[in-house]
Amino acid sequence: MDLYQELILEHSKRPHHAGLREPFDAEVHHINPTCGDEVTLRVGVSGTGSDAVVTDVSYQAQGCSISVASSSVLAEEVIGHPVAEALGTVEAMRTMLTSRGQVSGDETVIGDGVAFAGVARYPARVKCALLGWTAFTDALARAGVDISPSSSTSPQGVSS
Amino acid sequence: MTDVLPFTDGELAAIRGDFPILARTVRDGRPLVYLDSGATSHKPAPVLDAERAFYEQHNAAVHRGAHQLAEEATDDFEAARATVASFIGAPADEVVFTKNATEALNLVAYAFSNAAPTDDPKDERFVLGPGDEILVTEMEHHANLVPWQEVARRTGATLRWVPVDHDGALELSGLDDLLTERTKVFAFTHVSNVLGTVNPVTRLAERAHAVGALVVVDACQSVPHLAVDVRTLGADFIAFSGHKLYGPMGVGVLWGRAELLEVMPPFLTGGSMIELVTMERSTYAPAPQKFEAGVPNAAQAVGLAAAVRWVEALGIERIHAHEAALVDLLQRGLAERPWVRVVGPTVGTARGGAVAFVVDGVHAHDVGQVLDDAGVAVRVGHHCAWPLHRALGAPATTRASFAVHSTAAEVEALLTALDRVPVIFGLDTERQAS
Ligand SMILES: Cc1ncc(COP(=O)(O)O)c(C=O)c1O
Repeated sequence: MDLYQELILEHSKRPHHAGLREPFDAEVHHINPTCGDEVTLRVGVSGTGSDAVVTDVSYQAQGCSISVASSSVLAEEVIGHPVAEALGTVEAMRTMLTSRGQVSGDETVIGDGVAFAGVARYPARVKCALLGWTAFTDALARAGVDISPSSSTSPQGVSS
Repeated sequence: MTDVLPFTDGELAAIRGDFPILARTVRDGRPLVYLDSGATSHKPAPVLDAERAFYEQHNAAVHRGAHQLAEEATDDFEAARATVASFIGAPADEVVFTKNATEALNLVAYAFSNAAPTDDPKDERFVLGPGDEILVTEMEHHANLVPWQEVARRTGATLRWVPVDHDGALELSGLDDLLTERTKVFAFTHVSNVLGTVNPVTRLAERAHAVGALVVVDACQSVPHLAVDVRTLGADFIAFSGHKLYGPMGVGVLWGRAELLEVMPPFLTGGSMIELVTMERSTYAPAPQKFEAGVPNAAQAVGLAAAVRWVEALGIERIHAHEAALVDLLQRGLAERPWVRVVGPTVGTARGGAVAFVVDGVHAHDVGQVLDDAGVAVRVGHHCAWPLHRALGAPATTRASFAVHSTAAEVEALLTALDRVPVIFGLDTERQAS
């Protein structure tokens, strides 16, 4: 099955940067109500404006291999990167996942995220793959970061 | 008891031939193995034909207008009511057509909250307030839980529930403390849509009636799979969906005892449910019209009646025996796989047409995806029974559910596809080592 790329299975078995850590600037809890998958995600940010950097992303994910692996790739791709770049990565990931298989994804932008290209062909799984990424943008917003340039990042699911 | 003969291969082939959708393929040309009838059943050709014939020949707004089409449409709709009612052993005027079971359950729940004390005299049995209790169970589908949570919130009544034990049965040892003089309504499912557990409706209804509570039974997973007769069941209300009974989407049924329907306040109000309307106030038509506001779903009701006739021609007892044999086959197959844990009653205990299971270490979504890749359609997730899954300690399960057209070969197809799961996800199982 092309859906379960080796990379996805590896990330889901050994999720990178998993667990909840201090310090953090915002914490969110997102749910996929159709299947009950949940992620609690914390984000740490330093600096402001164009100097803002994602210092940490820590998370506790409970869900299918796609959603867990996706949070793992997210953490890998955004920790230590400028916020503006991280938002670009989120956007690229979202574009690929919602393209119904039309966009294969650029490895230089989304890294291991390219392994999720196959997910776009399974509409029921796109939400699984986006869970952590949506939680991340929501957490950034709560941490006081302006996420407005990418207006398509309306939070999906429930946050608390 | 009469002997129930299994379907012959010829009969089963003919049954399958009635379902146009079973001829299609999925995922690159694989035959469709549909094991999700618990979510919604497929529709045999006579149902599709009946719905189409209604639109082609009699289409009109029922109970409105005096032209010939209106008369015919009304006759068709009322005949459909009689057919569905007789299937569950009820008089026709005790059957209310709704959109689905969810609406039917809300109709009853709203009768309780609409009976809030006002100047009008109200039937005491439907009046809820602080100190009163609503009893449900931990295995309810959200459709028979959330409406009661809402009623409790609106009226100040307290919601209580019967827990589920390790085998997926209701834990009834504490029932005396839960079902008391304070209980005004006991709402529970006949057959669990996840566990397959068959609850002892008659016994529970007796206990509820002894303390003066009304009994609401969610019959979604029983009416399509086993003989249900409201004359002996003991419930005061039952609700089920047409679309799980080989009928069209958009039609459900509420059955209620005539004397209760008579005193219950309406849920939705508007056209067709009135007797007399002035600018200030209105009086209502007798049941069942009182509960069918607006132009009803006549074509779907007609389709559902065709489904019921189709089921009756095969015999619900034979359908039940057929499905029970498949449930047993699947349970035995799963029991041979130590990496699979079936939830609900053990092999040999009476069950509805569903079997849900967990593959430890692999999320149900992933299990379902592997099955889907082989053309096997099952349901994954919490199946609208989130509190139950919490109680089971499983955030999600994979559920196979059967219908009259299901076959032993399809059970095999499921098991074969399932064996790829430990391989793909690298589970440490004996099977994998061998
Ligand atoms: C036990 C049970 N109750 C209620 C429902 C709700 O049915 P519907 O969604 O058709 O209203 C279902 C099916 O989804 C069910 O299985």
